[in-house]
Amino acid sequence: MSTNKTVRMSANDVRVFYGDKEAIKGVSVDIMENEVIAFIGPSGCGKSTFLRCLNRMNDTIEGCRVEGEITLDGNNIYDSRMDPVLLRARVGMVFQRPNPFPKSIYENVAYGPRIHGLASSKRDLDEIVEVSLSKAGLWDEVKDRLMEPGTGLSGGQQQRLCIARTIAVSPEVILMDEPCSALDPIATATVEELIEELSSQFSIAIVTHSMQQAARVSNRTAYFHLGKLIEVGDTDEVFTKPKNELTEAYITGRFG
Amino acid sequence: MKKDGNVYGNHISQSFNEELAALKSRFLEMGGLVETQVLQAVKALTERDAELANLVRDEDKVVDRYEMKIDDAAIHILARRQPTARDLRLVVSIIKAVSDLERIGDESKKIAKLALQLVEGDKTPNGLTEIRHIGQHVATMLNGALEAFARLDVEKAVEIIKEDKNVDAEYKTASRSLMTYMMEDPRTISECMSVMWVFRALERVGDHACNLAEHIVYMVEGEDVRHTKIDQLNEQLKRLD
Repeated sequence: MSTNKTVRMSANDVRVFYGDKEAIKGVSVDIMENEVIAFIGPSGCGKSTFLRCLNRMNDTIEGCRVEGEITLDGNNIYDSRMDPVLLRARVGMVFQRPNPFPKSIYENVAYGPRIHGLASSKRDLDEIVEVSLSKAGLWDEVKDRLMEPGTGLSGGQQQRLCIARTIAVSPEVILMDEPCSALDPIATATVEELIEELSSQFSIAIVTHSMQQAARVSNRTAYFHLGKLIEVGDTDEVFTKPKNELTEAYITGRFG
Repeated sequence: MKKDGNVYGNHISQSFNEELAALKSRFLEMGGLVETQVLQAVKALTERDAELANLVRDEDKVVDRYEMKIDDAAIHILARRQPTARDLRLVVSIIKAVSDLERIGDESKKIAKLALQLVEGDKTPNGLTEIRHIGQHVATMLNGALEAFARLDVEKAVEIIKEDKNVDAEYKTASRSLMTYMMEDPRTISECMSVMWVFRALERVGDHACNLAEHIVYMVEGEDVRHTKIDQLNEQLKRLD
């Protein structure tokens, strides 16, 4: 049960404003250690906006203001002493479309560890690259062509390369924003399998439009509606016996 | 808790609404047929009507076909729609409930066959009053279960679950009295055994009606109340309110 786990991140009454418009209206939720939590909800419900608060990706958006508190291991991530670059290494992100750097496969993974000074020698770096690619289930497929451009890989491979790049800097939490929406079903299955494996080491928060995907990969599911968190619970429970009518309407495909 | 009848409608996909509605109504049709089978089987036996007994025996094939058709439709919905929440509970409950209905059909057929045997004897067998009584009792339970299904009426379903122990008690009493007949006059043993099988079949119908009611509670409330003692069941449902 997730209740026995340690809280990794905690959001408390988080509100996000784009100018005058309140996009997130007081969301409180915990992300536990080693759990996969899925954020679902209709377009514009705020699930992606909320996800992007968790590693301060919204900082870069003009006119965006975040209120409330988000902590990582008990420390407020919006504290002025928190370095956002460091934060984004601890709370990594994988995006909707695979976005490898226009560099070699090796460089894609090595870049983060290098700028964060995680490797003291070339051998260290090689090892980080190999371990990260292995964890991302990509090593066997690319070990003989590490110097080829990352952009030459298939979509599914590119997405796993981006995951390898994220885990290369040893994050605690991985945020995934619809990581499979540009992938075919087989590549999707591979990434989903990877998510399950990674959850033994990391906490994962995933935004997905596919309810079946949320049902398949997550331990807990959170349903967002018009900027509010309507319901969060064990995925089993949410998909068989949701507590809230709005959640039920959404997951069963009814008019809400 | 009663809900309005359209809780399985209102999907964005109109054809999904239609598929679920068709599944539900086909299940209720089958339920109606099975209920008739029970009543007709008991009537054939108590009124020594061989023609009616034959009819019940033949109709069992129709019951079986219903079972297969409903299962097939349910599997299609699972494969194509990936239902969730109340829709999932409806489909899964129907898959389970349909096999209870089919078993009730089998018990009716069994009674019809025994009726054909008993018709051949020249005198009225013992225990017909009990058969009529228990038969009526379990048919009422079945009818109530189907009504509870149609109306998503959990209170009614719980009544039926509770009713099952009364049927069990009637079954025991009836069996015991039949035993005394057998002891009094061993020549009646063979015939009494047939009647005993009828009691048994009817008691099983009660059990299946009770199972149906349990599926209904799950379908409506998402609570699994199988293998639960009555007082625990009350507790479990009270927590929901």
